Amino acid sequence: MFSSFEELVKKAEDSGKSISEIILETEAEETELSTEELISRMKNNLYVMRKSATVKKRCSASGLSGENGWKYSLSDNKGVLMGSLASKAMEYAMSIAEHNACMGKIVAAPTAGSCGILPGVLLAVAEEKNISDDEIVMALFNAAGIGAVIAERACLSGAEGGCQAECGSASAMAASAICELMGGTPRMCTNAAALTIKFVLGLVCDPVGGLVEVPCVKRNASGAINAITAAELSLCGVESYIPADEVIDAMSDVGKMMSYRLKETALGGLASTDTAKGFRLEGSGCNAQCRCNKG
Amino acid sequence: MRVFDVLGPVMVGPSSSHTAGACRLALVARALLDEKPVKAHIRLYGSFAKTYQGHCTDRAIIGGLLGYSPDDDRLRDSFSCAEKDGLSYSFEEAESDTLHPNSVDLILEGKTKNVTVTASSIGGGAIKVVKINGAEVDFSAEYPTTILYHKDVRGIIAKYSELFARYGVNIAFMRVYRHKIGRDAITVIESDHSISDELLEKIRSLENVDGAVYLPAVK
Repeated sequence: MFSSFEELVKKAEDSGKSISEIILETEAEETELSTEELISRMKNNLYVMRKSATVKKRCSASGLSGENGWKYSLSDNKGVLMGSLASKAMEYAMSIAEHNACMGKIVAAPTAGSCGILPGVLLAVAEEKNISDDEIVMALFNAAGIGAVIAERACLSGAEGGCQAECGSASAMAASAICELMGGTPRMCTNAAALTIKFVLGLVCDPVGGLVEVPCVKRNASGAINAITAAELSLCGVESYIPADEVIDAMSDVGKMMSYRLKETALGGLASTDTAKGFRLEGSGCNAQCRCNKG
Repeated sequence: MRVFDVLGPVMVGPSSSHTAGACRLALVARALLDEKPVKAHIRLYGSFAKTYQGHCTDRAIIGGLLGYSPDDDRLRDSFSCAEKDGLSYSFEEAESDTLHPNSVDLILEGKTKNVTVTASSIGGGAIKVVKINGAEVDFSAEYPTTILYHKDVRGIIAKYSELFARYGVNIAFMRVYRHKIGRDAITVIESDHSISDELLEKIRSLENVDGAVYLPAVK
């Protein structure tokens, strides 16, 4: 795979291909799997993503989340400030993140904590812009390529680099993917990824109770909007002053400088507020199981 | 990193390390027991111990012990499935200074065999087995893995590696762990290809080999 955005963009520009095509071809070469097999596997990912986006009332074992996507979807104020595309993206992103929190089946993209962002954005864009499944599947290869570069240069997990790494990466992957879907050049795609990371540099991983719910579900919502913001800016020619690879390197540095208390240890940030400290998981696994089955 | 490492795994949530990874390491422990577990004592360490109910680590581990993989919808109902399947279990919370923050001892009993496996969930669904019956090991179960229990004698490595070669199985990684010279040892062989029942039998019947367990790649 690629170790820099520059390398990826150069290959795309030299060959006149899109990032998604380059990633698909490279993966086929490096794994000795056929492009058909890879596409088929990615179609399965899309299937799981779509299923996980069902907007409904859910419940988690802890009770900390499960109804945000549903509540948002029913509100008269939904979309009152943002258009239907952005509000759909948030609705799906939160629903998928809650599906995850409630032991639903999801695709880690790149992680379970950030699993709502990429599919939330892609499904919303696909619906609003009448984009075919085949195109979305290719866009997922674009997203994977971006994620692979970030994994190589920095990291993808909150435990290592904070939420800027986890939701930030998902967001960057989504930004690049929709940029390509909307006709952006490879350079616009990596630029969009860089902008998204810039928006969230320093974002901490501070899960209440150590669980993947608060504030994770709502950061999936903001992650979706960050991706759309970055993609739109990039499509309109707004460029990151700092080159994309340097932005990722900066994210990596910031992650290393971050206190361990802000990297998925639940010892800082929201996780150490009075309310968070007062949170106790009531009941045994049995009670939670009963509630989940009803959800 | 591969495309489907970034966009994957397909898993039952909420956490790739506390749920999917926990399920995987239980699956590996079940395979190492080499028969159906009837009793399990599960000692959770660190972050696993602190958040296991909210993360459904407990359900994921029981599910893995029942043979469910991380994307199996039955993970949610694994407690009632365990009851139906005749698996009794208990959980314990513990601390450790040396183990990874998401680690567990799985003390398993089958009808005839038992095993104690210590493993860690290291992130993204990846796992590491670090102890088998007190012997320190280090493997990920992402490759087909053969674990040999044998005596530490001259020439034994040549004997079993020759068998692998004869059956056309390429050895990717191999580590030999012995307690004391001339006493018990464990060899962990991670191979590029799966091994046949015939090869496994031949390994088991080698002189100075006390037993062997084969783990197909646990994805």
